[in-house]
Amino acid sequence: MNSIVFKTTTRVVTPLLLAFSLFMLLRGHNEPGGGFIGGLLAVTGFALYALAFDARQAHALLRVSPRTLTTIGLLLAVASGCLAWLAGQPYMLGLWLPVELPVELKLGTVLLFDIGVYLVVLGAALLVLLTLSEE
Amino acid sequence: MLLALPIIIPLLTACVCLLLGHRARLQRALAVLGACGLLVAATTLFVRVWMDGVQILHVGGWQAPFGITLVADVLAVLMVLVTALMHLAVTVYSLANVNARRQRYGYFAFLNVMLMGICGAFLTGDLFNLYVWFEVMLIGSFVLLVLGGGRAQMEAGIKYATLSLLSSALFLAGVGVIYGITHTLSMAHLSQRLALVAETDPWLVVAASVLLLLSFGLKAAVFPLYFWLPASYHTPAPAVSAIFAGLLTKVGVYALIRVFTVVFPASDYTLNLLLIIAGLTMLFGVLGAVSQSQIRRILSFHIISQIGYMVMGLALLVSPGPATQRLGVAAAVFYIAHHIVVKTNLFLIGGTVRALTGTERLVQLGGLLNQVPWLAILFLIPALSLAGLPPLSGFWAKLAIIKAGFEAQQYTLTAVALFAGLLTLVSMLKIWNEAFWKPAPEGETASENSGRRKPPPRRLALLVAPSVALAVLTLAIGLYPQALLSVSQRAARELLNRRGYVQAVLVPPEPSEQPELGDDRS
Repeated sequence: MNSIVFKTTTRVVTPLLLAFSLFMLLRGHNEPGGGFIGGLLAVTGFALYALAFDARQAHALLRVSPRTLTTIGLLLAVASGCLAWLAGQPYMLGLWLPVELPVELKLGTVLLFDIGVYLVVLGAALLVLLTLSEE
Repeated sequence: MLLALPIIIPLLTACVCLLLGHRARLQRALAVLGACGLLVAATTLFVRVWMDGVQILHVGGWQAPFGITLVADVLAVLMVLVTALMHLAVTVYSLANVNARRQRYGYFAFLNVMLMGICGAFLTGDLFNLYVWFEVMLIGSFVLLVLGGGRAQMEAGIKYATLSLLSSALFLAGVGVIYGITHTLSMAHLSQRLALVAETDPWLVVAASVLLLLSFGLKAAVFPLYFWLPASYHTPAPAVSAIFAGLLTKVGVYALIRVFTVVFPASDYTLNLLLIIAGLTMLFGVLGAVSQSQIRRILSFHIISQIGYMVMGLALLVSPGPATQRLGVAAAVFYIAHHIVVKTNLFLIGGTVRALTGTERLVQLGGLLNQVPWLAILFLIPALSLAGLPPLSGFWAKLAIIKAGFEAQQYTLTAVALFAGLLTLVSMLKIWNEAFWKPAPEGETASENSGRRKPPPRRLALLVAPSVALAVLTLAIGLYPQALLSVSQRAARELLNRRGYVQAVLVPPEPSEQPELGDDRS
């Protein structure tokens, strides 16, 4: 689509969407949000970019291939479950770091799992989207 | 925990295979390593369950009725063990049989994803979680079915996907109804609650169970829901159809056995329905095979008819005697284990025939007995075992089923089972006669055969080694059936002892839970 208004808007909106997706990811433990929704929001950011420019440029913006992203996400999610196991607890039990952050955010395996989900959703959806629009 | 390993190992293997991407050699080495790892984990788990009884894992530390529980009883670990064996055999076979392009596009990764789904389905103790594992398994199998494919594979993929989604929708509807009635999804908890509901509202429970029966029946390919199977199983790479043939329908049968022994209270209506389904499945499957003329198509129809025997073992729960019930379920379990080994092997051998001759149409085949006599013998072992000739594993499986049938006084059904066994022999002999015994056909195809390059010895060894291993396993089960028989008897005992299953999963009950549980029992 060759519209200067759309392109300019996209340049502003895409970073906002990505930032918002991170916000949704991080607030997800106790409030609506989480890895899945965050991932989908990030996908909309990239999708908008692919529409305004083209799929190849969206791909360049991502830097890594969606396939790698999906795999790293899966590995993170598995690893987050295995950490509890290594600590002698049942698989996937949530472990928390005793670190107090100034914001309302706790660091732990559950967050790691959510980040994994975020990456899987982002990677898998982009894989479909970019493959289809490049053809 | 040991219990989660059969799920984690394939997942990790899949992830790393995806990461390795185009480095084919490394990916292959890793796939074999992962398969070996799964086998080791499955064996260890089997030994643990055999020694110490049912193993439980409350995932994430959430206690039983609230969280998802993994439950490994003898049936589950037996299935996982056989699955791991087949996985290793098929992975080795794939090294020589699945071309580099398919491997590059993630063949091994999705094979492992499917395996993760299968192992998860066997190990879970939660009805909705079972649905999730089915979906994981389906995602893997969709990709495998159409991977690197042309038109025929796509067409098969569409049929398979449509029917699978229909089955999933039915399953989901069934789970919804059950949750609506009982407000729980843990199988052990359901076992208690559904029994309670059945006292006041028996038909509500029956309706829910029939929804699940339809869904699992579609997956297991029972009459009249089997038509998708012969339409799709002969199209992908032989290694893929071998693992499909061995495992996927059996997951459906496993689910049937699991829910109709542990979860749902016995109901004559559904059990009689299962009896009729079992008979018709045996008959129609075997009759369908008679009319086919391609090796893998014939074998596909035989999957269906053999599923009938397994369902028959389960349906014999309708008989009042607990000894007969136990014999029936044990026979079904024995049958599943034997059938997975034999069926996978037959498909692998069909693939080897294709690799040697370039075709699997019986008309174009012939003379293999003279050209490759060892392959003929290798084929004969699982083929005769499938037909149920002594002293092979199929004989004991059929004997147990038929004995149970007589003890339950289901004479018609038993007669159907015997008749279907005879027809199975006929169509195994048909493959034998056409592909191995008759002289090689004259003319175009013969010259094509001789002009065709034989696979190099190393590749051939990779194709044959898994078949030999599985044939030896078939022989071993046949010559020493006592081992598998005692495993399946113990599995049946556990399945029919609901209280034991419930207690294993739900203890230790929380102090506040106890009065409620007491109410449930009274």
